[in-house]
Amino acid sequence: MVDRDAVAHLLRRATLGPTAAEVDAAERDGVAATLDRLLAPTGRDAGAAATPAPRLGADPFAGLDKKPSREQRQQAQRERAAQARRLADWWLDRMVAADHQLTEKLVFFWHGHWATSVRKVKSAQLMLGQLDTFRAQGRGRFEPLVRAMVRDPALILWLDGQKNTRAAPNENLARELMELFTLGIGNYTEADVKAGARALTGWQVDRDTAKARFVPRRHDPGEKTILGQTAAFDADSYARLLAARPEAGAFVAARLWFRFGSEDTAPPDSLAAATDGTTTGTLRAIFTSPAFAQTRGQLVKQPVEWIVGAMRQLGVRPGRLAEKERRELSNRLAGMDQVPLRPPSVGGWPAGEAWLTTSSLQARMRLATLLAGAAAPAVLQGLSAAPRAGRPDALARLLVVDRWTARTRTALTALADNPERLLAGGLISPEYTVC
Amino acid sequence: MDILTRRKFLIASGVTGAGALAAGATAYGLSDLFDTAGDRDQDSRTLVLVTLYGGNDGLNTVVPYADPAYHDARPELAYSAEEVKRLDDRVGLNPALTGLHGLFTAGRLAIVRGVGYPTPDRSHFRSMDIWQTARPDRPEHTGWLGRWLDGAGGDPRLAVSFEPTLPPLLAGARSAGAAVPVTGRQARRPFADKTLASLAAAESGEPAGQARAAACFADLRAVDKMITEVREAAAAEEAENADAEEQPGATATGGARSSLQAQLDLVAQCVEVGVSSRVFSVSLGGFDTHADEKQLQAVLLGQVDRALSGFLDRMARSDAGRKVVVAVYSEFGRRVRANASDGTDHGTASDVFLMGTGVRGGLYGEAPNLTELDDGDLRFTTDFRDVYATLLERVLDTDPDQVLGHWPGRLPGVLT
Repeated sequence: MVDRDAVAHLLRRATLGPTAAEVDAAERDGVAATLDRLLAPTGRDAGAAATPAPRLGADPFAGLDKKPSREQRQQAQRERAAQARRLADWWLDRMVAADHQLTEKLVFFWHGHWATSVRKVKSAQLMLGQLDTFRAQGRGRFEPLVRAMVRDPALILWLDGQKNTRAAPNENLARELMELFTLGIGNYTEADVKAGARALTGWQVDRDTAKARFVPRRHDPGEKTILGQTAAFDADSYARLLAARPEAGAFVAARLWFRFGSEDTAPPDSLAAATDGTTTGTLRAIFTSPAFAQTRGQLVKQPVEWIVGAMRQLGVRPGRLAEKERRELSNRLAGMDQVPLRPPSVGGWPAGEAWLTTSSLQARMRLATLLAGAAAPAVLQGLSAAPRAGRPDALARLLVVDRWTARTRTALTALADNPERLLAGGLISPEYTVC
Repeated sequence: MDILTRRKFLIASGVTGAGALAAGATAYGLSDLFDTAGDRDQDSRTLVLVTLYGGNDGLNTVVPYADPAYHDARPELAYSAEEVKRLDDRVGLNPALTGLHGLFTAGRLAIVRGVGYPTPDRSHFRSMDIWQTARPDRPEHTGWLGRWLDGAGGDPRLAVSFEPTLPPLLAGARSAGAAVPVTGRQARRPFADKTLASLAAAESGEPAGQARAAACFADLRAVDKMITEVREAAAAEEAENADAEEQPGATATGGARSSLQAQLDLVAQCVEVGVSSRVFSVSLGGFDTHADEKQLQAVLLGQVDRALSGFLDRMARSDAGRKVVVAVYSEFGRRVRANASDGTDHGTASDVFLMGTGVRGGLYGEAPNLTELDDGDLRFTTDFRDVYATLLERVLDTDPDQVLGHWPGRLPGVLT
């Protein structure tokens, strides 16, 4: 006998929002088999296959003359903005449609970790390239990911790697690489930052080809001492040095615990020892640790998780919404301060109660109304089919909420005559805000 | 620039528009409104923070008209000694700033020269992040006034924004200010108040995040109540004035009311009825001019001038208003030298304006030297955290170290 609450907890954390049918299936299969399937999905992901990445075409600036007119530049800027919107729209649609949910959630996790924003990169093509890297490298060992990222064009532009040359080293990328991406603050010195910047010199982004290339004459080939080791470090060997540090393993495990486990409690000591050095290994250790079971309700859903989960449960595909509704959706996501591809800073998105403000609540209320209005007819019929008194429970099942508090049950019972209102009420409830 | 003004930390609220309330509002008078007035120490001051988005060109705002280097660097853009509104024998205000010139003469405008931060970033959004978070050295999620709000108890009514979206500066770690749009599209809440009231109830033993989510419903209702009362009070006042066939303000500006003016009108109403808010954030965008800059900037500065001088005159007429301190800043100034299209590109240090009855007018700090540049840019002479620390200490009665980390710098003497 599987505890339904336990598999629901696992699925709420390991997916972007499970459907009742997914919980049913997990209850049948048991926790172990469900976890295996989440971590190592087999077979084709039909949902992902049905939502292929958009063909963005070339960077509109690539086709311009050497000295474009102001109008040409403005036109190219508008096209760039449209490409970025298209990419963000697609990604949201993919998150809803994908069957291999943990794979998709990990891409979003790494996006928040290496928090790169299209605001500065200004290229949907390069942002998509970075997402592809997360997809290819985000499940395995950390080292290949770090090596790929130090030559990722979007990250290089985002953190001024472009300006980092032998003659004038720019420390931005080296500093964030150690502070925010691999080691954590306090695990390196200012001298390490300076030497690390020298190791990263020479990488240039060619926007026309959407690739980063190494320009030897801009690179500083001299010896550098980084974290106590002296060698003629370049980007690759510097990345390998960082990924091999014990601090890096602990840092990344803690970040994963923070987003998949709990913001309130420290990662369990067993985490580092239990993993095989891969991200999926760390996730397995998180989901199977005794501490994980105690974390129910301790994470506040990020706005993207909230909206993607709601759309999955309500049978709404953002890609099939009318343009006007799709724009409102992304505007309201911005109102909750989380638009995919646009993290607020290199530090990534906030967490926990920072998401819970009167302003974001207002955006949530409007979105809840919009989504309930767009819900699949079968979803509304399912709620209507229950006797009036049973509708809050039917709603809890639909939204994969374990149970309502008396407070929320009172509020929902008053809305039970109108399934659409009831649905919207459930989406804004405090119980649905956390996972 | 588009990006900055649309940067939505948090979204506009859907508070009922003033028009809808005007009808039945005459039953209220200003004096008998507002339970929240009692919550407030009558001696406490109010901060009105004005953000100019887009990087206002500081050298053409406070013009070093007597410096030959200024004219050499931007011959087409420079203002002559005859054009500026003189402050002393070296600098003068942009000709569009006639009202502020009057305030300066009256000793109620302090201009802090050359304000900036170390290793300036010329990206709009990064530099604005730095000004709004007050953390130049590392990424930071919370705004400086958001951190103040955290320490002041977290009631969103303490820090109110009349911008379309709540600016990052009002977002704290555990709380955030209230965003209230000036002109609601009569947007009604999608849920009945009864539903919000039900969901606001606390339940014992629930997870902290869930409890906070419920508390948001209570906060939202409190903000709604405050704003409704302000609007009713304003409507009542307007109705009284209409009876007396008087339309104050209607002719004072002559022309379209700028969004900044509309925001400051609402601030003025809030201050006059004595709401509990200690901080108001207002803003004007559009300063991201790179070409044909002189005329564009003059139009924008004219809007700023009319809105601010009207607001300060109004504030000078009440006790509560005389405790208001206005601070105006932009994320950076511009480069000293003009570019090829009669504009200037992103630069560094610029001036911060402080205004109000409690301000000792004059020029403060040291003007950056126009010939000793850092790669074409002015070197800052006053750290912006000195300004913040002074505002926290003298306006918000808060130990600046709680918000800024240990920060000893102050602007001595600028506030009475």
